Parts: sequence; C-alpha cells; structure tokens
Amino acid sequence: MKEVNISELQGLLNSFANKDVFIHLETTNGSYASHYDEKFFNAGAFIRNAKIRYELGKVVGESPHRVGLKMEHGWVYAQGITHFTLDEQGRLLMAGLDYSGKLAVALEISETPFTY
Amino acid sequence: MTLQPERHVLVVFPHPDDEAFSSAGTIRLYRNMGVPVTYACLTLGEMGRNLGNPPFATRESLPEIRRKELIAACEAMGIEDLRMMGLRDKTVEFEDDEKMVKLVTDLIDEINPSLIITFYPGFAVHPDHEATGRAVVEAVRRIPKESRPRIYAVGFANNTMTKLGVPPIVHDVSSVRKDKEAALRAHNSQTAWMMQETQHRSEEETTKLDSWFNVESYYLYTFED
Ligand SMILES: [Zn+2]
Repeated sequence: MKEVNISELQGLLNSFANKDVFIHLETTNGSYASHYDEKFFNAGAFIRNAKIRYELGKVVGESPHRVGLKMEHGWVYAQGITHFTLDEQGRLLMAGLDYSGKLAVALEISETPFTY
Repeated sequence: MTLQPERHVLVVFPHPDDEAFSSAGTIRLYRNMGVPVTYACLTLGEMGRNLGNPPFATRESLPEIRRKELIAACEAMGIEDLRMMGLRDKTVEFEDDEKMVKLVTDLIDEINPSLIITFYPGFAVHPDHEATGRAVVEAVRRIPKESRPRIYAVGFANNTMTKLGVPPIVHDVSSVRKDKEAALRAHNSQTAWMMQETQHRSEEETTKLDSWFNVESYYLYTFED
C-alpha cells in the first residue's frame, strides 16, 4: 500500500461506480485497548462481503482522508484513510494506519467476494 | 520447576503468535523430552492491526503472511503436528458454542492428550482467547473425571493475580530462550516492534522482556466435580 494520492484514488473509486461490488468495512481500536487503558471504551464495527452498488464515490480532505460512497438508498463512508492499493486481483484496498502504523480503519471494494 | 513427562500435549490457541508469547519455551522443552505436541491454531490472525510500518502487507495479504510465519514458528518450537482450523480472527466467540466444543472434543478423541495448554476463560482479555478457553474447558468438563487431561491455562487480564493468585506452574525456559526468541521472531509481522535491537530499551522494558523470554507461567484449571 502507498499513501493516498487523491487523483489516483479518485480514479479508482470512479472505476467501481455503478457496478455490483463487495465491500469490506472495518474500524478497530484493537482488542487490547481496554486492557492497556481500563477507562478506554472499546468500540468498532466490521462488515465483510456486503454487496452494494454506488453511484458516486469520493475521496475528500487532507490525510487522513474521508472516503464516501453514495448509494441509491444510503451511504457508506470511512474516516481516517491514509493508504491504498489496487491489488493483483484488481481489488481496491484502502486503509487508515494510525501514528504507530497500526490499522485503525479499512474500506475495500471488489467485484468478486473476498475470501471467508 | 521441571516438566513432567506427558503422553501428548495439545496446544489450543486462536491466533498465530499466542503460542509463541505464552508457551514457546515450554513447548520446546517438551519436544526436547520427546513428548509429541499438537498445535491447533484456530485462525490465521486475519484481523491483525500490524501491517508493517511502512506497510508491507494489506488486510487481504496478511493471512498468507501469517500462515507462513506460523509454520516457521512451529519449526523453531519443534512442533510437527500443526492444525490450522480455518476460523476467522475476531469471530470465534460468534461461532456456535456446540460446534466449538465439538472441534475440541474431536481433537481430544483423536490425540488423547494428557495435557492441554490454552487460555484461562475470564482472564484471557481478547474475545477470541476467551471463546477458545471456554470451548476447551467445556470439552474437558464433559469427559469422565478419571480420564480428563490436565489443563494448563494462561491468564493475563489485569485482575488475574488478584482473583487467581500467583500462578502455581512456573517453567524456567531460559535454557531454550534462543528457541523462544526464534519463534517470536518468526511471527515477524506482529513482533518486529519488540524484537528490534535492545539498545533503545529502558531498564523497565528490558526486565519485562527478560521475564517473557525466561519464564512461562500457568494456572491449573480445576473442576468442581
Ligand atoms: Zn491472541
């Protein structure tokens, strides 16, 4: 993965628009967050292989970026995206790595389902 | 304390590297005694947050990287029977409870271990660790008392010492420290941060790492009946 280049990422988001795609969306503080800091309220969300179709995908802002997908009946968005790649299987993998390099958020788009 | 001979040791953990942190030295010592060790690793740590800094992995390439690391770590520990159980990281607790018990029961029936090493339910911090320990304990509880394998349980929640006291089983693994370090180093994507050269470490960090490398402690899980 490399750091977000807005025009390149925008072009990739455009290329998946108006197609049935599978998404992986994840936010995480890590399962140990409340172990290291008992006052830390640990929350996160995960969805993998939800099938959606978006009409408009947009990357916005300075790094860490926001990426939003507008669908006929709703929205998908991720905040904190810093890195991206189009992998060898043609899947758009975006991730937000925190200041220590740990993954904090991931948004991935693929025309075929992700593995299990 | 010295390790007793065992018929067969079954190690059950959810993530590649759980075994290295908690038990690499103990496993190596058993293997050096000629005791067979089977490691059932439930997931490939697909949801690990360390992708390298700068990142050399992606969310999608991480499982294959960790699979190779796990195999290399098993070589360092001398484990010849590694079972990758195909569950997904962070979903173990959402699997059907009976399916999880059966997974463990099937392993016990096949392997007939005299000792199982796993996490102590209630004191294992990560939800996957908790679910793994729960499944093992329940599977063993269902075995008639006289033929149950012993359970060495790893607990590291902040309240473990308060609730369970000092762990009664303490293995000095300093004689195989090099192998433990090699196992930890094999899990490079997850351990690079702590295996870096030692010169920048504080005294406190060095002491903590030394105890990780030299001592492995367990609670003996006991049943009411
Ligand atoms: Zn773990």
